[in-house]
Amino acid sequence: MELYNLSGYELSRMLKDKKISSVELTESVFSRIDSVEDKIEAYVTLDKENALNKAKEVDDKRAEGKELSKLAGIPIGIKDNISTKGLLTTCSSKMLSNYVPPFNATVMDKLDSMDIVVTGKLNMDEFAMGSSTETSYFKKTKNPFDTTRIPGGSSGGSAAAVSAGEAVMALGSDTGGSIRQPASYCGVVGLKPTYGSVSRFGLVAFASSLDQIGPIGKSVKDTAMLFDAICGYDEKDATSADISHKSCLSNLKADVKGLKIGVPKEYFSKGIDDKVKASVLDAVKLFEENGAEVKEVSLPSTDYALNAYYIISSAEASSNLARYDGVKYGYRAKDYDGLIEMYEKTRSEGFGDEVKRRIMLGTFVLSSGFYDAYYKKAKLLQRRISSEFSDVFSDVDILCAPTVPTTAFKIGENIGDPIKMYATDVCTVTINIAGLPAMSIPCGYDGNGLPIGIQLIADKFNEQTLFNTAECYENLVGGFKSPNL
Amino acid sequence: MVEGYEVVIGLETHAELNTESKIYCSCKNQFGLEVNTQVCPVCMGMPGALPTLNEKVVDYAIKMGHALNCTINPVCKQDRKNYFYPDLPKAYQISQAEVPLCQNGYVDIYVDGEEKRIGITRIHIEEDAGKLLHSDKFSGSLVDLNRCGVPLIEIVSEPDMRSSSEAKAYLETLKSILQYLGICDCKMQEGSIRCDVNVSVHKPGEPFGTRSEMKNVNSFSAAVRGIDYEVNRQIEILKAGGKVEQETRRWDDQKGISVSMRSKEDAQDYRYFPEPDLLTIVVDKERIDALKAEIPELPNKKLIRYIKEYGLSLKEATAISENVDKAGFFDECVNNSNVSPKSVCNWLLGDIAKYENANNISVRDTLLTPSKLVELIKIIDSGKISNAAGKTVFDIIITKDESISDIIESKSLAQISDASALESIADEVLSQNEKSVNDYKNGKTNALGFLVGQCMKASKGKANPSIMKEIIVKKLSE
Repeated sequence: MELYNLSGYELSRMLKDKKISSVELTESVFSRIDSVEDKIEAYVTLDKENALNKAKEVDDKRAEGKELSKLAGIPIGIKDNISTKGLLTTCSSKMLSNYVPPFNATVMDKLDSMDIVVTGKLNMDEFAMGSSTETSYFKKTKNPFDTTRIPGGSSGGSAAAVSAGEAVMALGSDTGGSIRQPASYCGVVGLKPTYGSVSRFGLVAFASSLDQIGPIGKSVKDTAMLFDAICGYDEKDATSADISHKSCLSNLKADVKGLKIGVPKEYFSKGIDDKVKASVLDAVKLFEENGAEVKEVSLPSTDYALNAYYIISSAEASSNLARYDGVKYGYRAKDYDGLIEMYEKTRSEGFGDEVKRRIMLGTFVLSSGFYDAYYKKAKLLQRRISSEFSDVFSDVDILCAPTVPTTAFKIGENIGDPIKMYATDVCTVTINIAGLPAMSIPCGYDGNGLPIGIQLIADKFNEQTLFNTAECYENLVGGFKSPNL
Repeated sequence: MVEGYEVVIGLETHAELNTESKIYCSCKNQFGLEVNTQVCPVCMGMPGALPTLNEKVVDYAIKMGHALNCTINPVCKQDRKNYFYPDLPKAYQISQAEVPLCQNGYVDIYVDGEEKRIGITRIHIEEDAGKLLHSDKFSGSLVDLNRCGVPLIEIVSEPDMRSSSEAKAYLETLKSILQYLGICDCKMQEGSIRCDVNVSVHKPGEPFGTRSEMKNVNSFSAAVRGIDYEVNRQIEILKAGGKVEQETRRWDDQKGISVSMRSKEDAQDYRYFPEPDLLTIVVDKERIDALKAEIPELPNKKLIRYIKEYGLSLKEATAISENVDKAGFFDECVNNSNVSPKSVCNWLLGDIAKYENANNISVRDTLLTPSKLVELIKIIDSGKISNAAGKTVFDIIITKDESISDIIESKSLAQISDASALESIADEVLSQNEKSVNDYKNGKTNALGFLVGQCMKASKGKANPSIMKEIIVKKLSE
């Protein structure tokens, strides 16, 4: 087996035991990129030279006998909305097509200190707004399981790169499902951590109260390893939680005996593909057979979550994206007459349709006269949704639901129909609204061989329960499939 | 009342707080440094940068809340005020909309000897914006972001003022309180305090008129000029049968006029919403109480104390109490010494004030200390040196750290109070001025002054004038 196809966990051991060098591994990943990137188009920016230099540096450190982290020397791809000092961070937007951050996101500082190798910056929906990575200004990333299909989004580049072996692991961000949905479509593992457990400093904001950076990996262990590396309190992010994190990898217990699993009935209602529903319920059954207690639960406000999500996220986005005005950085229109025209032209030319749609929606719901009817109501709903989850988690340890109602759709299939596109987020947005941790792991394949994901949801800061349950599943099914590329 | 109209004024006052660092980042909060050097990704609004609240700002604002008798809200949020302008890099200002940190207070002001209570609607915290720079050297504008994120408090008054002089007294009082609390530099020329003025007029007995809001008022005297202009403008409109429009106007102090910026219809919709990057501000009772305990005696209280306890005039008491340095100096002199407060006051408002004005510094920036002034006053009171010699000593000790007794000795400033020495001077002068002696004896009493003067001259000014006078009177009546 080629190195790029192995899990990060295995590679970490091989590196530690000096069975392979980081340079070999990095070269393997880049040769994979050379051979499949034309088909997948996962990357906006590749950083091969620095990656190889870093790999060499790590190998030297290891040769000197220095104590290194588990992730040292492992090639990891970074979603292009996470600030990387000195490396283009475009958010897949024309607006930031020339923007090189002068500082690192906190997660990048952490990963740098752990000596990871950055392969490059991964494609995404523009400013993370989208569910297919089709709104990227630069390119359309393809699903490695079927390159006529979308990889999901907005972290489509991250999920596709990991799935295709173009990165051992990747960082994504999840505002309404942007890690879990592409992970599900691309047959990989993706975690959206509890809001506040990973610093958002340096993550280019879409919706500040919902955004979280999270890991994507080929296996549950990989995802735990990367989550351990990035989580933790950051004084630079006021919303980060000042609590201590124990290593999820070290405490991993692949066991569901006595685990109380809730199956929220609202997640299995209309619009859920039969095959998806069957696969998810099969996985639940497998848990039950292995000692878990399963019961049906209800989260009655789920139906309103999508509306609340699009109101809150668009409201925040309209404010967060106002700074792209052509004054300080990023794109500025060429010809303009006066300040107002510079603003108008810059923003008209610099943003794509989906981003503009959200800015307009968000501006509208915050306008005087409409604030109470929309934003305020959505916030009330958010509180209700949170309390429904609290109630449920007093009764069960974990929830199992589909990650997405269907498998990956064709490129272009939904791009002209925003409502249909937004509906693909129906199972994931509620989790962001409530600030909970959730994970998507592959739980089967449809008739076309496309991956299906099961979403595991836990109470706040209970990532360990997610990892334990997911690891148990991965062991029971004997691991997850890679695409034939 | 102006021409039969009652004037209603409310003020929104912005004060820059003098914290070490800015409100949401660790950049230095300092005026006048090279453009765009006190900046970081946070205050420049770079993508992905996040604010974290400087808790000192909350403390300072709560202090002002206490000083203005406000209710302190133990739980409040910060909100985004959204608008586009090149000096606002995030395109929103973090401020407080619905619930301010402090509200429902008041402050007592003094106008023409009358006390008046002005209601304080609210005090909230927010960040300042940058500054646009224009020059002949380049076309267009450049922006200096050093001021972005400088902490501000906005103090909103009730529409309780009825004249420009009340508005001025209110502003002077706020300034003085800010200085007492030590939370604002109060340097008007640096824009430490700025205000927006709301003005309306109406006939007595009728409801308040439509108000206009005037921005860009950068000094207290400009506020007076702006209000007077606006009052007259509105009265002219009403007299001509017109209607005052609700609008925002800009005060042009150079031209002495206000011009319309935007009408009510064009009013900006700031789309306030809770700042999701920051947590709710929660201040516990202990912290609120501890800050209250730090509030010093404020100028209003001092003013009354100076009048009642020390017998100073309103004018004197005001002049000392409104200036935190003078008041502190005064208190230090008067406390723990038995010198007359009036003497201290005379020095402070006389020679010391003259020196301060001439050199544009505060008494606290000189080498004169309260204990030295007390020593000087005591020496003069004892008759050891004359008032004139006292001024000579003062001129030295305000700039040099020299002992007063050394100065008196080296400059031979001590008065002659020894009777026998003074008697021999008197004898000599009287023998040389027979005409005046006779004049006095013939009833021309003003000859006495001349003779005393001659004695003083003969003593080179060192004779103790009152003892000298006694001796001469005694000798003339012999």
